[in-house]
Amino acid sequence: MATIPHDDFLAHEHEDHAHHDHKPGFFARWFMSTNHKDIGTLYLIFAVCAGIIGGAISGMMRAELAHPGIQYLGWFATHIFGESNPSFDQTLHLWNVLITAHGLIMVFFMVMPAMIGGFGNWFVPLMIGAPDMAFPRMNNISFWLTVAGFCSLMISPFVPGGTGNGAGIGWTAYAPLSTTGSQGPAVDFAIFSLHLAGAGSIMGAINFITTIFNMRAPGMTLHKMPLFVWSVLVTAFLLLLALPVLAAAITMLITDRNFHTTFFDPAGGGDPILFQHLFWFFGHPEVYIMILPGFGMISQIISTFSKKPVFGYLGMAYAMVAIGVVGFVVWAHHMYTTGLSEDVKMYFTTATMVIAVPTGIKIFSWIATMWGGSISFKSPMVWAMGFIFLFTVGGVTGVVLANGGIDDNLQDTYYVVGHFHYVLSLGAVTSLFAGFYYWFPKMSGRWHSELLAHLHFWVFFAGVNMVFFPMHFLGMQGMPRRYPDYAPAFEKWNHLSTVGYMVMSVSIVIFLINIAYALVAGKKAAGNYWGEGATTLEWTLSSPPPFHQFETLPKIEDDHHH
Amino acid sequence: MASGKTHDYHILPPDIVPLATTIGAFTFTSGMVLFMHEMPGGKFVPWAGLAILLAAMFAWFSKIVNEAKAGDHTPVVQLHQRYGMILFIASEVMFFVGWFWAFFDFSLFPSEISKVVGGHWPLKTMEAVMDPFDLPLLNTLILLCSGTTVTWAHHCLIHGDRDGLKKGLWITIALGLLFSSLQGYEYLHAPFAFGKNTYGSAFYMATGFHGFHVIVGTIFLAVCLKRAYNGDFTPRQHFGFEAAAWYWHFVDVVWLFLFVCIYVWGNWGFPVD
Repeated sequence: MATIPHDDFLAHEHEDHAHHDHKPGFFARWFMSTNHKDIGTLYLIFAVCAGIIGGAISGMMRAELAHPGIQYLGWFATHIFGESNPSFDQTLHLWNVLITAHGLIMVFFMVMPAMIGGFGNWFVPLMIGAPDMAFPRMNNISFWLTVAGFCSLMISPFVPGGTGNGAGIGWTAYAPLSTTGSQGPAVDFAIFSLHLAGAGSIMGAINFITTIFNMRAPGMTLHKMPLFVWSVLVTAFLLLLALPVLAAAITMLITDRNFHTTFFDPAGGGDPILFQHLFWFFGHPEVYIMILPGFGMISQIISTFSKKPVFGYLGMAYAMVAIGVVGFVVWAHHMYTTGLSEDVKMYFTTATMVIAVPTGIKIFSWIATMWGGSISFKSPMVWAMGFIFLFTVGGVTGVVLANGGIDDNLQDTYYVVGHFHYVLSLGAVTSLFAGFYYWFPKMSGRWHSELLAHLHFWVFFAGVNMVFFPMHFLGMQGMPRRYPDYAPAFEKWNHLSTVGYMVMSVSIVIFLINIAYALVAGKKAAGNYWGEGATTLEWTLSSPPPFHQFETLPKIEDDHHH
Repeated sequence: MASGKTHDYHILPPDIVPLATTIGAFTFTSGMVLFMHEMPGGKFVPWAGLAILLAAMFAWFSKIVNEAKAGDHTPVVQLHQRYGMILFIASEVMFFVGWFWAFFDFSLFPSEISKVVGGHWPLKTMEAVMDPFDLPLLNTLILLCSGTTVTWAHHCLIHGDRDGLKKGLWITIALGLLFSSLQGYEYLHAPFAFGKNTYGSAFYMATGFHGFHVIVGTIFLAVCLKRAYNGDFTPRQHFGFEAAAWYWHFVDVVWLFLFVCIYVWGNWGFPVD
């Protein structure tokens, strides 16, 4: 395996292009793909579509919550979900359907496909110098199963789910609401949607772990691997070990619902709290699954635009490992009000706070990376710095909620909604946009508008903070989550939150315009368009990279770090 | 396929089978919803989905076998397959963790408020449980025995004894079928029902999913037997066989935990049928 010096590679990029780009026809390329970059593109397109649907649902919720009383739910039930003359209960049921669909779509069909399926697929092989994933066909079925899961979820709002149409069980699907409380096929469609998407994710996890362990270019030891690859490796282990437990739990839901088992039915000795344990044993690692790849992307971006290697590389890598490991033993902090004993609450409080340590290592190391760096404020860097701020806010409220005693008061209030949207909607999604602007010219070969990207950031930043920051106040004042109505005293902050949603929507329009602009009129992007700070292997390739890259494997020299 | 590659990785051409498999899976799950709610098509759609799923999986695995014969499975690709199988089994272990979690919840903390359970495990309202040292012990011995015969087959394969390979596999498959049959017999004659209480739920779902895995493992071994007759596998390269053997040992270990926890410990001191 020959050594490929950096410059030599770039010099050959055009030749490479002409030689090997025998792309298959349209159907074969997009419906039968075994190419990690095409599958990554499919995932990203899918995630954007699902995100728009999930975002539209939050728009419906914010419209309803703009004022006290029930305003629009009846209209939505009639005109969007096709229920004729919905009763008051059916109208309220629609609220449960909306929160359920929003949660499931954003978690399983937007953040996960974009982070792991999209950027993971695109850049893990490129960054480790591999020609493709270890199991290219299995990579394809991972994507299609995600689509199938989404289809199953999209059927559910249009079939009966108990009180009205659709699965109104919350994304957590707690029994008995999800068992005896919601009879009808909608809930089964929603549950099977998770089976399908979960199977796809498990196969994806197997694929990533195998690829990362076995396909690193000669000379790239684990301790030389880019941090984004580390983040996907840890994420894949979390997926592999957490999702099967969810599969077991929701299979119990299916049999309780349809085949007379009593796993969660107290009459037969079952235990509704058991479902919560099983769910959160999956669900807590799941929240790290959604944020760790974002950590990885932020590390690459901060380092690139500070023109410095990441501060404390090994500490950064093992902080993610620590978050992953400890993330498996903190699940019951989601269940403080279920009657856990004081001792158990003390343990889970302590264990949860421990996670703040590796997370702090990451935040401070990003800041230390910027310290003394030659920073250029390109759009990905601005997004990344926004991430650090927003995620820190979400992390700090997380430390507040970690306390079992405080959580007794804040459980199921808008404080919790504010907290987890700061880490997800503002943390994970911000890192997705950072990664998007960092890599979009690499993936498409064309430049987005940096001006629009900056504008997108500032409008988004203003919008999401307006949406979610007031929720902390509402929660402290005692406004419960998951209700379509509230006492008039809560109107001011709710109204501001809805205005924030409108601002945020404008930013999404700017984003879509920017993509359209880039694809139609964007300037051609060079191989390494970010310059000297961008040192990972994807920058040695053309933009877009050849259909099959690294047909001769690159060799990593000792000085070619992270 | 790329022409100029100088590495040993397996770059695959586009393939419709993953999409076909997905269509099968989606048809199956949707059909199951129709079936469970006695909706139109409920008696037919799940079977159609299952048929598509199995046909697509057959096509998929046939391709893998053919690629192995074509020499696409270089040492590094074989290493991928080893990692893939180990990780798949790890995820399966976590699936069973879920069922054991339910079992231990119910058995260590039997419900006080449920009249059916009455704070006892096995339940106050139950008359008898299976005698663990009757058929279940026999099944344990059968499965352990099948673990040794599959190892015998592997040993023969490594030493070029094709006859021994086939014999070992035949016996392993026969023992697997015997195990499944005895489980079926046991289910039919069990002194407690499937649903309505935690004992039946935990017992049948945990052992049922194990039984399903035994059947899958038996099919996997039967495929290996057919391939042995076809002349596949060499003493140096036979990962398909090894994967089947790993899977079989995994199924065996799960059974040991089921036997010790559910049959012996859970039933301890209770009247037996």
